[in-house]
Amino acid sequence: MFKCSVNEIYNVFAKIADGKKLYVPADNKDGNAVYTEWAEGVELSNALNTAKSPKDFFFPQFENLMEFKVEGKSIEVNDIREASEDFVVFGVRACDVKSFEILDRVFLVEPFDSYYASRREHGVIISMACTRPTETCFCTTFGIDCTNPGGDIAVWKTEDAYYWQANTEKGEKLLAALELEGCGEDAVNEQKEKTAKVMSKLPLAGLTTDSFGGGKTMELFNRPEWKTLSESCLGCGTCTFVCPTCQCYDVKDYNTGNGILRFRCWDSCMYSDFTKMAHGNNRLSQVERFRQRFMHKLVYFPENNEGIFGCVGCGRCLAKCPISMNIVKVMKTIGGND
Amino acid sequence: MQKINRNVLVEKAVSLLENGTVCCVLGWKKGEFDYDITPAVFTTKEDIEANFVFDDFCGANFSKYLVQKTRKAEGKILVFLKSCDTYSFNQLLTEHRFDREKVYAVGIPCEGMVDINKIRAISGEGISSVECGEKITVNTIYDEKFEINASDVLLERCESCKSKLHVAYDELIGEEGEVLESNRFDEVAKLEAMTPDERFAFWQSELSKCIRCNACRDVCPACTCEKCVFDNPKSGVENKAPANEFEEKMFHIIRAFHVAGRCTDCGECSRVCPQHIPLHLLNRKFIKDINEFYGDYQAGAEVGSRAPLANYTTGDIEPSEVFDGRGE
Amino acid sequence: MSMIKEPLIPTVGVITDVRLDTPDIKTFRVVTPDGKKAFDHRPGQCAMLSIPGVGEAMFSITSSPTNTEYMEFSIKKCGCVTDWLHQAEVGQNITIRGPYGKPFPVDTEFAGKNLLFIAGGVALAPLRSVINYVRHYKDRYGKIDIVYGARSKEDLLQYREIIEEWCKDEGVNVYLTIDREQPEWDGHVGFVPNYVKELGFDTDKTVILCGPPIMIKFTLAGLTELGFSKEQVYTTLELKMKCAIGKCGRCNVGSKYVCKDGPVFRLDELDELPNEY
Repeated sequence: MFKCSVNEIYNVFAKIADGKKLYVPADNKDGNAVYTEWAEGVELSNALNTAKSPKDFFFPQFENLMEFKVEGKSIEVNDIREASEDFVVFGVRACDVKSFEILDRVFLVEPFDSYYASRREHGVIISMACTRPTETCFCTTFGIDCTNPGGDIAVWKTEDAYYWQANTEKGEKLLAALELEGCGEDAVNEQKEKTAKVMSKLPLAGLTTDSFGGGKTMELFNRPEWKTLSESCLGCGTCTFVCPTCQCYDVKDYNTGNGILRFRCWDSCMYSDFTKMAHGNNRLSQVERFRQRFMHKLVYFPENNEGIFGCVGCGRCLAKCPISMNIVKVMKTIGGND
Repeated sequence: MQKINRNVLVEKAVSLLENGTVCCVLGWKKGEFDYDITPAVFTTKEDIEANFVFDDFCGANFSKYLVQKTRKAEGKILVFLKSCDTYSFNQLLTEHRFDREKVYAVGIPCEGMVDINKIRAISGEGISSVECGEKITVNTIYDEKFEINASDVLLERCESCKSKLHVAYDELIGEEGEVLESNRFDEVAKLEAMTPDERFAFWQSELSKCIRCNACRDVCPACTCEKCVFDNPKSGVENKAPANEFEEKMFHIIRAFHVAGRCTDCGECSRVCPQHIPLHLLNRKFIKDINEFYGDYQAGAEVGSRAPLANYTTGDIEPSEVFDGRGE
Repeated sequence: MSMIKEPLIPTVGVITDVRLDTPDIKTFRVVTPDGKKAFDHRPGQCAMLSIPGVGEAMFSITSSPTNTEYMEFSIKKCGCVTDWLHQAEVGQNITIRGPYGKPFPVDTEFAGKNLLFIAGGVALAPLRSVINYVRHYKDRYGKIDIVYGARSKEDLLQYREIIEEWCKDEGVNVYLTIDREQPEWDGHVGFVPNYVKELGFDTDKTVILCGPPIMIKFTLAGLTELGFSKEQVYTTLELKMKCAIGKCGRCNVGSKYVCKDGPVFRLDELDELPNEY
């Protein structure tokens, strides 16, 4: 384990940012934490987490996939992918680090999504342990330990220092280049214990996944409670777009006047046209679309991924849903442990 | 703190449900915490008694739900309307968006609703309980306690409340209020005082935060198109994500144009925006302009009123004068 | 710059033949610009076809894998992409990528079995690749029965191939039906489900069933009456798709993605999925 004093952090950032792009959570003018490219003067946010998840780094909300040149009857297909450059994301919380593993299970299974794969390959994740979780946190429900946040390098911040530990080869390489001072782990262990105590006191600490998981499709799909849970759902995409693990996308073409770009953008299963075809729609009502989103995270995804759930308990949907409906309310109602 | 107690509304809802006046109740439902209240349809006495709430967190405006809910309801729907909600209610009626006969509207007084984000800015993370009394008492899991004045943490729209008068109801609970002298155009005036470049930079920075979740549109009582132009592949402007800065602005500007003259300034758009974009300022600019060009007009104040933008009179301002900026 | 192949990036295909099959279905022949078949496929698999600027959509490959020269797609006019394709002429370039999906188990479960194909309308398109595959390797299968119906004689897909090739094959029985009487038709008249019941097949068959949901529902009821079990019946589904590789989430039903876990399903497998297809 290595450390640097709190005062030195921006020097360390400067070292990282020398040659690579470095992104850190910084407060915008409304006081909300947003991943911001670090440059001299950018201050690290004290917020628990960013308003938007860091999934954009690997799966951006919008990206061009390819370009077509059309002339008369002929078409030329151009691969316009650019080689990704190395970049570093600092301050990713344990829940969000875990979300990358979930996205990997979609994009890094055959056939690989090369756009995602290349960014994953070039990105270094420096995580940061939580010390002051909030009432909407429920990462422990999914077996996530916010005091051991993982990533390529894990960082713990105490009152006077940042402690660094590499978890991967990529992390070791970067950490070695930072030439930090070696140190013991006592301060970090002490902090971990303290945070663990807070975690056990959180209002959602008792939330379990016992009623969910693979093999429960028909039992849970037909539950009557879906109707009341979805009753006031606006059908907007807020939950989906702030979610670190939602990964559905749309592919569309855009005529630039000088060629046609095929791009993809985030999409939401909550939207009425998500499954709409020229001659029908297999999910006509909001209750069906609402159910799909939660069944996917709590039943279908674990069924296909050795029991791993498609939620990391980051709590963003709890904070952002316009009608305050969210996965916790769904789990408590459908799971029957209300 | 609300003047009206939750129990009064519960009693009213239960009696109207039990005597058959209404078949269901549109109300605020208790959440997981003390502040995350969900709009809900109640159909039983037990559910109402156990879960109906009315406190400082009941910001949600139910008017728009009536469009869909009245189509399916077997009988009348009981809806509770705060004074600002009644304007949306009337505007929807003016636009024939729901059948008035299928609604039993109860007007309720409102002392202003609070914004949990503003509370959190004071208390920090880890809110374990919030009590809405004379003061708002917040306890945190870190054993801290905060006593906050509701007036310091009101939703933006309540800070500049335009009216405590209920313009529509079948029955009113509590005392009737009146139209207020509101400062709601102050922020617009600040924007107007900017140079075009400053103003462009302001909106550029605000709208670039947009994640196109459509929450503003989906919650907006003036946005009741069956098929939004932005969802319609045949419209040519359908998009799910802003492809560039132009599209970022287009969505919000087109939406503001489309609701101009119909927007009652209910403020739901800004309340639900997950990115905290002050979307209401776009709409207020239109309202302010309409007031200045055509005389004061409040959408939703009366059912069937002819909005200036949808009504020609020989005294109307000339387009060239509008173009020049001011109608004086 | 070396990069791994990106599955979403298609190759160019050239339309070399367009055949008007029915008033609203055309069959398109597609090859690569150098005149070859774009890729190999198995019976029942699909391809993503696109017209840049219009869109991309999934279509079943209707030609048999035994055709090594080109691929064919029978496409009904019913949306942006298909409307555009219907006005395309020979020589038009499109884009193509694939093959996608799980094929019919022609070399495993179907081997040695008597096969009963039941199709309605345009749904013959996905079955045609299977029919022509098993006709090609006829000695690997038992008896082949084909029940096919459409609204009218004009709506019967691949009518000429059916009459000139399938009907003349030994060991292949073709039963055609149309919904309503019409002058130059002396064949069977009536809906497919009823015709299947009338024909009263023995249950020693594996059934490949495809058609509109209502036809599937009633045919299945008829088959059950005749003593068939769901384990004997295969079908192929069609849902909205964007990526075709199990990532975009469109065609997710239960824990399955129709684009990669389907489109071919045995009916007892469908029983384990929510009814959202």
